[in-house]
Amino acid sequence: MAETKVIMPQMGESIFEGTITKWLKKKGERVERDEPLFEISTDKIDSEIPSPAAGVVQDILVEEGQTVQINTVVAVIGDGSAKPAEAEPTKPEAPKEKTQEKPAAAPPKQAPKIKDGPTPDAGPVPDTEETTELSEPEGDGQGVRSSPLVRRIAKEHGVDLSALAGRGTGINGRITKSDILSYIEQGGTKEKAVSAPPSAPARPAGPAPTPPRAEPAVKFTGDVARVPLTAMRKAIAEHMAMSRKTSAHVTTFFEVDCSRILKAKEQQATEFERSGVRLTVTPFFVQAAANALKRFPIVNSSLEGDTIVYKRAISIGIAVNLEWGLIVPVIKNADEKNLLGLAKAINDIGDRARNKKLTPEDVKDGTFTITNPGQYGGLIGTPIINQPQVAIMGMGGIKKRAVVIDDAIAIRPIILLSLSFDHRVIDGATADQFMADVQKQLENWPT
Amino acid sequence: MSLTTYVEAIRQGIWEEMEKDERVFVLGEDVGIYGGAFKVTAGMLERFGEWRIIDTPISESGIVGAAIGAALMGMRPVAEMQFADFISCAFDQITNFAAKCRYRWGAGVPIVVRGPSGGGVHGGPFHSQNPEMYFVHTPGLKVVCPATAYDAKGLIKAAIRDPDPVIYFEHKFLYRRVKEELPAEDFVVPIGKAAIRRQGRDITIVTYGAMVYTALDAAKELEKEGIDLEVLDLRSLLPFDKEAVLESVKKTNKVILLHEDTQIGGFAGELAAVVSEEAFEYLDGPIRRITAPNTPVPYSPPLEEFFLPKVSDVIRVARELYSY
Repeated sequence: MAETKVIMPQMGESIFEGTITKWLKKKGERVERDEPLFEISTDKIDSEIPSPAAGVVQDILVEEGQTVQINTVVAVIGDGSAKPAEAEPTKPEAPKEKTQEKPAAAPPKQAPKIKDGPTPDAGPVPDTEETTELSEPEGDGQGVRSSPLVRRIAKEHGVDLSALAGRGTGINGRITKSDILSYIEQGGTKEKAVSAPPSAPARPAGPAPTPPRAEPAVKFTGDVARVPLTAMRKAIAEHMAMSRKTSAHVTTFFEVDCSRILKAKEQQATEFERSGVRLTVTPFFVQAAANALKRFPIVNSSLEGDTIVYKRAISIGIAVNLEWGLIVPVIKNADEKNLLGLAKAINDIGDRARNKKLTPEDVKDGTFTITNPGQYGGLIGTPIINQPQVAIMGMGGIKKRAVVIDDAIAIRPIILLSLSFDHRVIDGATADQFMADVQKQLENWPT
Repeated sequence: MSLTTYVEAIRQGIWEEMEKDERVFVLGEDVGIYGGAFKVTAGMLERFGEWRIIDTPISESGIVGAAIGAALMGMRPVAEMQFADFISCAFDQITNFAAKCRYRWGAGVPIVVRGPSGGGVHGGPFHSQNPEMYFVHTPGLKVVCPATAYDAKGLIKAAIRDPDPVIYFEHKFLYRRVKEELPAEDFVVPIGKAAIRRQGRDITIVTYGAMVYTALDAAKELEKEGIDLEVLDLRSLLPFDKEAVLESVKKTNKVILLHEDTQIGGFAGELAAVVSEEAFEYLDGPIRRITAPNTPVPYSPPLEEFFLPKVSDVIRVARELYSY
């Protein structure tokens, strides 16, 4: 009897868990190989997961809305002849591949070391066999930072510490005495840990996420509806707050006459359409930014401790607004693409973002970001830097305005551009020179 | 009833024991006519006479040696070191002789060697030291470090009545700075018993001597931030009240070890080992030490201020440990 276990895939190196948002097939339903089987949401992307085999969905082991670690078996595809397997809801399979070998001599229960600092991507793949072994919660939490006291309390109450991963309020997310006591008080015990599967023993991606403080200082006391954050919302929340804390944000504004790029767009639209590409103004701004980034490499850098990291590639992220959130897919090597290439790439990532077809690669390694606060008529915005980058450009809406040219009043399509930059590495003069460069290119676009 | 200073409490303690027990006598440099460098024995010569208040030559080794001999002959001598720093001159008599007598011959040596220790008075490297650990390391001795007037009196009396050698370190910074109302009746403070100076929930500070006040002042500040310190005054270092330390650590789950002595080989290291061995599974954070740096006590007032553990040091470490 052919039986294929479907596992929660690892959607990127730093991803340790995923939430099943939707099953596209029901139990007993036939599925073809590579046919979308379920949708997942991780803290980086939302994605459809294709079936690894053709057959009949014999068992669905993880309900919609549940979050499980990577490599957890979420469904079983059979040939339709077998009776459903004994339910072992979140019993994981050992990972088939590890990005990092465990030392051969390591004792089996030894917790993997979780690295602090800005490179959580380098963290080892957790041994899921141990972390989610539910019959015997050893309570050592597998690399969850705690203390001897916390581990003893966990053991005494049968609490698997990995169930508290990411909920510690101590330094570096350490689980403190009060964390575990309040967890136990709220009924978090062995049984609780089963219904809410333990999350990964490592914190999600992003440099040094702020440990979530349980309660706001002041709380609204009236009638409310409480909705838990989605994985994406949580990632955005953490990233935005972290960025504000990390960078010294300053925003500068420029007014750009769009006459020439609109003319160029008009001229080339038909030609582009022949290639099946709809041309918007965005590629013009991406190209101008890419060119300027080449001339001002500091705007394309990062700050790591006392070191400025200049990136050789110029890869520009484009913020895409989705009904369920916001995502920033990246146009890799944007400086190597012509206008057609950029337009194609922008259309492609936009479509795939809206259809949940982005891969983790698509959202990685951007070096600069462009966002579009003007798309609903806003004049301009002051965007938050997408860490670990040091600058982000905002585009307002293009609007015809009366402007003075050579002592005459003219009507010109004007856009407001903003650049939020990290004053730790970029000074105002540099930021303005960079923006003046962008402005000059756009206003003198060859037609 | 009036307030009694720390230095007066020591004087009262010795005085009362001398009134009660004629075997008790005092010897030391300038203890007689001058009344002692810090006036601990002021008035005693007049009351008890020169056979019981003995001015000696400047020889700590001789003072302690004579005291040991007298003790072996049935007396209860109280030997004063003018500054505890100079107790090192009597090191051999104390550690090789007094401390070992009972073990070798079953002969107790009921002497008290007392002297002013500690800094904060700009005394420089020879008049500010905390030499307690040389003696804490010596089995056969008892070592006490009172922080309050009550304890100063209660412990000197307990030390005089003790059948074995007791090293009594009185903190000179506290001599006239702390005072309290003392009971009229006779009392002793048992050697080896700690006292909780402040009940707290979040962090235990184990300390002794003048640092008790540093800890209490820090606790008062930290209270405003909602950090609740428990301050445990050891009072005795040898033997020390292990149960009290462990009980407090098991309650608060975090511990700061604070002393004025330098760090390496200081009592904090010993306490850290005991807490780690016997209360490891009760710890919710690293064991933290706050001590003087490993240098002699500087003479320069700003340097001395830097050298001594301060309220701000305690606040900083307590904040770190609290949020750990």
